[in-house]
Amino acid sequence: MIKVEKLKKSFGANEVLKDINASIKQQEVVVVIGPSGSGKSTFLRCLNLLESITGGHVFIEGIDITAKTTDINKIRAEVGMVFQQFNLFPHKTVLDNIMLSPIKVKKIDPAKAKEKALELLRKVGLEEKADAFPDSLSGGQKQRVAIARALAMEPKIMLFDEPTSALDPEMVGEVLEVMKQLAKEGMTMVVVTHEMGFAREVGDRVLFMDGGYIVEENVPHELFDNPQHERTKAFLSKVL
Amino acid sequence: MDFRFELIMDYLPFFLRGTLYTIGISLLGILFGTILGLLIGLGKMMKNKILAFPFLLYISFFRGTPFIVQIFIIHFGVVPAIIGTTNGIAAGIIGLSLNAAAYIAEIFRAGIQSIDRGQMEAARSLGMNHVQAMRYIILPQAFKRMIPPLGNEFIVLLKESAITALVAVPEIMYWGRAFQGQYYRVWEPYLTAAFIYFILTLTLSYLLSRLEKRLATE
Ligand SMILES: Nc1ncnc2c1ncn2[C@@H]1O[C@H](COP(=O)(O)OP(=O)(O)OP(=O)(O)O)[C@@H](O)[C@H]1O
Ligand SMILES: [Mg+2]
Repeated sequence: MIKVEKLKKSFGANEVLKDINASIKQQEVVVVIGPSGSGKSTFLRCLNLLESITGGHVFIEGIDITAKTTDINKIRAEVGMVFQQFNLFPHKTVLDNIMLSPIKVKKIDPAKAKEKALELLRKVGLEEKADAFPDSLSGGQKQRVAIARALAMEPKIMLFDEPTSALDPEMVGEVLEVMKQLAKEGMTMVVVTHEMGFAREVGDRVLFMDGGYIVEENVPHELFDNPQHERTKAFLSKVL
Repeated sequence: MDFRFELIMDYLPFFLRGTLYTIGISLLGILFGTILGLLIGLGKMMKNKILAFPFLLYISFFRGTPFIVQIFIIHFGVVPAIIGTTNGIAAGIIGLSLNAAAYIAEIFRAGIQSIDRGQMEAARSLGMNHVQAMRYIILPQAFKRMIPPLGNEFIVLLKESAITALVAVPEIMYWGRAFQGQYYRVWEPYLTAAFIYFILTLTLSYLLSRLEKRLATE
C-alpha cells in the first residue's frame, strides 16, 4: 500500500531523514515512536508531500508520488491526515468543516455530502455538534471532528501525527477509542504517538525512529518487551 | 471676524457636486486599489524571489514617494502617454488606486501571513489545491483580520483624494480653492470643506465599525 525507499529530507543543511525504508500493507496499523526531533512528523508529512522530498521515493498503491506527472492533490485526497493541533477551520461550522472538501474537491452533491457528514459525526459521537463552531468544542471533540473531516474524503490511508498530545488527559481516551474503531474496520493507519498502550493494543507493527533512521521495527510486544538496539532500550526506559 | 454664510450658500451646489466627485473617485480608488492590492500582495508573497521582486519594487516606490509627486507623474506623464491628452479625473482615479494598492498589498500580506500554517496544511491534506485552499480557508479568515487596517486605509484614501484638486478634479477641495479665488475668503471655503470631509470620514468609520461588529459575531 505504501512503500518508502531511501527517503531523504533536509531542511537547508539539516538532514532530518537520512535513509528511511519502510513498507506498510493494506489494513495495517503502524505506530511510529521515537524521541523528539527524530523526524517522526517529517516522515509522516513526506507521505502526503506536505514536505517536499529531498531524495528517494514514496509509492502509494504503486504510484510514485514524487514523480512530476503525479497529481498530488489526487493523492492527498486519498490520504487523510490528523494533526496534533487539530487545524479545524474556525470560520466554518463542524458540518461545513467536514463537507467542504468532498463538495469542492470531489464535487459530491451537497445533499449527499451532508448526509455522509452527519453519518460520520454520529460515528465519532458528535452528531449534536453539527452546527457548532470549532471554538466552542473541547479538545477531544475537536480532534474527533478532525478525524471525521479526514474520513469524509474516504481515504485509503490515515496518517495521525500525535493526535492526543495536545489534549487534556481526560480527553485522550475518547480520541483513541475512535481510532481503535477505525483500525477494527480495517483502515490502513500510520500513527505517531506517545501512547504506548495504544501501540501495544492496536498496532500491528511499531517503528522506532532516531536520528533520521528507522532504528528498529517489530511487532509491539517484541519491540517493547525485547528491544534489540541500545537506543531503543534507552528510549523505552524513559517513556515506559 | 465676519463670517459670511451667504457666500457658503452661494457655493453650496458646487460643494455638493464636489462631494459626489469625492465619494465617486474615493469609491473607485478603494475598489481598484483593493483588487490590485490583493494581486500585488499575492505577487509579493511568491516563493520565487525574482518573480516577487517587481511587486516588492512597486510597493516600495508607492510607499516611499509623496502622493502629490505620484499624481503629477500620472497626470502629466502617464495619462497623456496613453490617451494623448491630460484627464484629471482619470489621473485622480488611477493615482488613488495605484497608491492605495501598495498599502493594501501590505495589509493583505500581513493578514494572510497571520493565519496559522496549519490551516493551509489541513486544506491541502484534504486534497484542495492552492487556489481552493486560499479561497475557502485562508482568505475568508485573513479578510476578517484585514478589516480594521483596510478601514484605516480607506479613510486615508478619502482624505488624500483632496490632492486630486491640484489636477483639476472638481471635488470638494477644488471648489474650496475656487471659492477662495473668487471671493478672497479663507475661513468660509476651507471650514466648509473641512466640515464635509469630517462628515464623510465619520460616516465611513461608522460603517466600517458596524461591518466589523457584524463579522465578529458571525
Ligand atoms: N519546516 C522546517 N524547517 C526547518 N527545520 C524543520 C522543519 N520541520 C522540522 N524541522 C526540523 O527537523 C527535525 C525533526 O523534526 P520533526 O518535527 O520531524 O521531529 P519529531 O520526531 O516529530 O519531533 P516531536 O516528537 O517533537 O514532534 C527537527 O530538528 C526540526 O527542527
Ligand atoms: Mg512531531
